[in-house]
Amino acid sequence: MDRLKGIIKKEFYHIFRDKRTLLILFGIPIVQIVLFGFAISTEIKEVKVALLNQSKEVSSHQLVNKILSTSYFKVDEILENEEAINTSFKKGRIKAAIVIPPHFEEDILKNKEAKVQIICDASDPNTGTQIGAFLEGQIQSFLYENAQKTFGSSPPIQINTEIQMRYNPELKSAYTFVPGLITIILMLICTMMTSIAITREIETGTMEVLLASPMHPSIIILGKVIPYLALSFSIAVFILFLGKFVFGVPILAHFGLITFEILLYCLVVLALGIFISTVAKTQQLALMISLFALFLPTMLLSGFIFPIHNMPLPLQMVTKVIPATYFNIIIKALMLKGATISEILKETLVLAGMFVVLVGVSIKRFNIRLG
Amino acid sequence: MISIRNLSKNYEEVQALKNISLEVKPKEIFGLIGPDGAGKTTLMRILTSLLLFDEGEVQVMGKSPISDYQFIRNHIGYMPGKFSLYEDLTVEENLSFFANIFGTTIEKSYDLIKDIYQQIEPFKKRKAGALSGGMKQKLALCAALIHYPKILFLDEPTTGVDPVSRKEFWHIIQQLHHHDITIFVSTPYMDEANLCDRIALIDKGEILNVDLPENISKAFDKTLYAIQCHEGNYQLIKKLREYTHFDSVFPFGEEVHYTDARATDIESDIKLYLEESGLTSIQIRKTASTIEDVFISLMNKN
Repeated sequence: MDRLKGIIKKEFYHIFRDKRTLLILFGIPIVQIVLFGFAISTEIKEVKVALLNQSKEVSSHQLVNKILSTSYFKVDEILENEEAINTSFKKGRIKAAIVIPPHFEEDILKNKEAKVQIICDASDPNTGTQIGAFLEGQIQSFLYENAQKTFGSSPPIQINTEIQMRYNPELKSAYTFVPGLITIILMLICTMMTSIAITREIETGTMEVLLASPMHPSIIILGKVIPYLALSFSIAVFILFLGKFVFGVPILAHFGLITFEILLYCLVVLALGIFISTVAKTQQLALMISLFALFLPTMLLSGFIFPIHNMPLPLQMVTKVIPATYFNIIIKALMLKGATISEILKETLVLAGMFVVLVGVSIKRFNIRLG
Repeated sequence: MISIRNLSKNYEEVQALKNISLEVKPKEIFGLIGPDGAGKTTLMRILTSLLLFDEGEVQVMGKSPISDYQFIRNHIGYMPGKFSLYEDLTVEENLSFFANIFGTTIEKSYDLIKDIYQQIEPFKKRKAGALSGGMKQKLALCAALIHYPKILFLDEPTTGVDPVSRKEFWHIIQQLHHHDITIFVSTPYMDEANLCDRIALIDKGEILNVDLPENISKAFDKTLYAIQCHEGNYQLIKKLREYTHFDSVFPFGEEVHYTDARATDIESDIKLYLEESGLTSIQIRKTASTIEDVFISLMNKN
């Protein structure tokens, strides 16, 4: 026990004395949170639109007011003619233009049919579609209210659809990126840092001295893993805390269950780090494997950025062996849906199985001797 | 203490050790002398249970390094050729760490290490990476001794260390004798051979000779001449190699050591030949053989 304590203490010295290690441990989570939390936003909020109102009648003004009544849109420019629409788009200031044709009010009243054109900037297709749909929704509800006011009744036939955005009613992107970040960052810290910490001892020759000592190799490894487990867990808690109090992401599941699942995932990725260190003999190789063979696929294929069911079949197969895929499902279910263990049992078992396999293979590969 | 019989070790294509046999007696300083790539580190790692071998029989303290590696690791001190302590930890932290993994403390081992530790104690708050080469070696030695080992393995402890520190280091090694420690040390420096109780000469994975240092240096069976000239060793060696009765020549400090194929006294013949070859201020004398002479002649035969 004393030996284990000694080696843990030594590992903490290494961590806190190496600026690069500290930068990776604390810099990466902070940068990621800032990037995802504030810079990369997929939400529709105060989108700038241009307005070409050729009608200038009461109804058209009512329509404009209706559109602007939410915080989603803001009129950036009032246009005078159609050519101006192009110029406005090219300047990149606006994301959408609304064109209300002449005789808008007359069309509504007499013909019971009016046209409004919505032009969206689809150079970013997702945002374009989203803005279009939002604007259309606003116009429909204007029509409905207007009909009630003018004719005192609803239009003859109508199907009222009510869309409920469950688990994330305001469609906040924080609801995806906070759980996603926990998945990615734990993977990065546990796998990369442990594999580097172990290969560093092999590279500098200190592993030779450690092996020639009476200490069992499992103690050496355990002593290396425990500090990173503790650090990653505290970083996970830190992100959860930020998610809840800064970005307002709920944490609905039982605290004990969340702790258990986070620790399980940490163990899986730590075991992966140990496995890498038994394959890579230098720090540089360990770093390369961690970054390119693990970090990038995890980021892109775990379902954090792109939905898995949209991927081609071969890639879907790849996602099945990435631990992050399962943890991403688990942590989202726990935080946003308040799932209990029975609902995430399958994913939990897969992670546990991965842990057993990785530890088994690592023990088999880890050498009690050199070379 | 250590017994090796017919030991062979192959790396994929290279045969690192070829059918080696050695005996190391308790409490002696046993020197393994040989050039780089001779197989010194490989032998050292086999004895410390860090490498497996292909053929032969090895016993350290009566135990096999393959099956009883835990016992051996408990009772040996090992200092690898490369500085293998933590450069980002201070002198004191390094020592405490190694004391800890061997289940002891600096205080408990103070008696054994105090002569060495006192020399580095003024720097105990300094990071090991900031120490000089000689200081690093002393720290590594302290770490290897921290648990009172029965055998101390030192792999080229003086390589890359300045001459003064080398002298100090050997003084320390000889002092350790009083603590009943068997020392197995390897070095590429021939002049360090005389500081050992017994030595083995090793080259290309083969043991060339095992004996007391004085017996080995006496084992030279030819008359050895030390020759010097004004034009320098390069010209001198070139001319000597062209001589009809040439046997061997190699530079030795400011002189060259030369042996002749003839057994008779040929001092004046050589001088005459060299003068005819255009060399000047030739000095030639008979000299006593050293371990280096023996080693080079054995290497040439090999």
